[in-house]
Amino acid sequence: MSNFFTSSIGKKFILSLSGLFLIAFLCVHLTMNLLLILDNSGELYNTGAHFMVTNPVIKIIEPVLAIGFILHIVLASILTLQNRSARPIKYALRNQSGNCEWSSRNMYILGAVILIFLVIHLYNFWWNIKFPTLGNTALNTVTVGGVEMEDTYTLVASLFKSSVIYCVLYILGGIFLGLHLTHGFWSAFQSIGFCNQIWRKRLECLAKIFAFIIAIGFCIIPLYFMLGLAGK
Amino acid sequence: MADKILKELTLKIWRQKDAKSKGGFETYKIHNVSTGSSFLEMLDILNEQLVSENKEPVAFDHDCREGICGTCSLFIDGRAHGPDDDVTTCQLHMRRFEDGATITIEPWRCGAFPVIKDLIVDRSAYDKILQAGGYVSVNTGGVPDGNAIPIPKHKADEAMDAAACIGCGACAATCKNSSAMLFVAAKVSQLALLPQGKAEAARRAKAMVAKMDELGFGNCTNTGACESECPKSVSIEHIARLNREFLKAKFKD
Repeated sequence: MSNFFTSSIGKKFILSLSGLFLIAFLCVHLTMNLLLILDNSGELYNTGAHFMVTNPVIKIIEPVLAIGFILHIVLASILTLQNRSARPIKYALRNQSGNCEWSSRNMYILGAVILIFLVIHLYNFWWNIKFPTLGNTALNTVTVGGVEMEDTYTLVASLFKSSVIYCVLYILGGIFLGLHLTHGFWSAFQSIGFCNQIWRKRLECLAKIFAFIIAIGFCIIPLYFMLGLAGK
Repeated sequence: MADKILKELTLKIWRQKDAKSKGGFETYKIHNVSTGSSFLEMLDILNEQLVSENKEPVAFDHDCREGICGTCSLFIDGRAHGPDDDVTTCQLHMRRFEDGATITIEPWRCGAFPVIKDLIVDRSAYDKILQAGGYVSVNTGGVPDGNAIPIPKHKADEAMDAAACIGCGACAATCKNSSAMLFVAAKVSQLALLPQGKAEAARRAKAMVAKMDELGFGNCTNTGACESECPKSVSIEHIARLNREFLKAKFKD
């Protein structure tokens, strides 16, 4: 295992595994979020969110998730810097549209845009839930089925109902995430060696479907509130 | 039927005196080029014109001129080996260009392939990667019988597809990361797929990847640009195999 983490393929292996881990997280995250539009009273979402914050498994996963994000970002940055320096003199004329997809060429830029979104997103919700006294938004408690819990539904709903800008921002976040995944999903399998002529077609197709589901899934939530379907 | 004649072409060509000098683009006009001539023949005509004008001819790499040796290169109008798919520059013909067109010609741009002169780059980095492990050690004995080792047809075909690599450098030249992964993958695959090469597969994958990293090639991001530009259509499925071979070898250590 010597030099594994300094080798190009070793770094890509970790980048891919962290990417696949983040993909698994996205699935859970989207499932939970869809509860927002299934029940306008917010009880379903609040119960789900309460289950997540009190579940010991989630408590353990939370720091692991943070490590996953950090690894993914740090490795992508190292690899990108190395790739930039591998061509000291650039071409005067390049025509790449004919030989590869735009999203595959711009993964780092897409990732950076998603990171900016992530910071705003964490501030909007995670920060306000973890540190309610420091945040701008008051987090009230609500009783669902005899259990007292944080009213996170109102926190989310009031943000989307009050601000069109935030709705648009979250829709854009979903679209950029989808673009990142159209390449990232199948590329992760390729980098860990799980790919061949047959599986490449399957994985690329699956990547497009998955990216579409994730993008649409995250986009319909702000859209739902923006269009007033959740009531005033 | 006689070939059409391109009355005038404008060529923007990278000129560089030697490895140490700073290069730049020069613009040349060339007249009456047959569409039946190859791209390199067009450059030959230009060079004759330059020699007759007492100017230094443009230096470019070429050898077999039938698309099998891997010597010719050139980044033409923003694409490795020009606008056609699955051909080397020597197999590119002037019928692909319109009369009056401006054609930009650059050398491979890759830190590991430094420019020696004009359009010629030093591709010995690929030789160094091969020397690190791209071979089968045969230390003694006579020539074994050709059919003594059974090899399934589909394996032989896959190995042959990888072995089609002519080492021209278009993969690293076209890759946005200057990654040599397609080249290394082809060389690792052609041997790893066959019983003769399996014995040293682990050592080979580790040594060749280590050499590739050391020489300053970038990291593959699976854009697939290399296989689109590869004159021999070597598939990036071989890159997946290289990843497998490398990871397997490292996990055993």
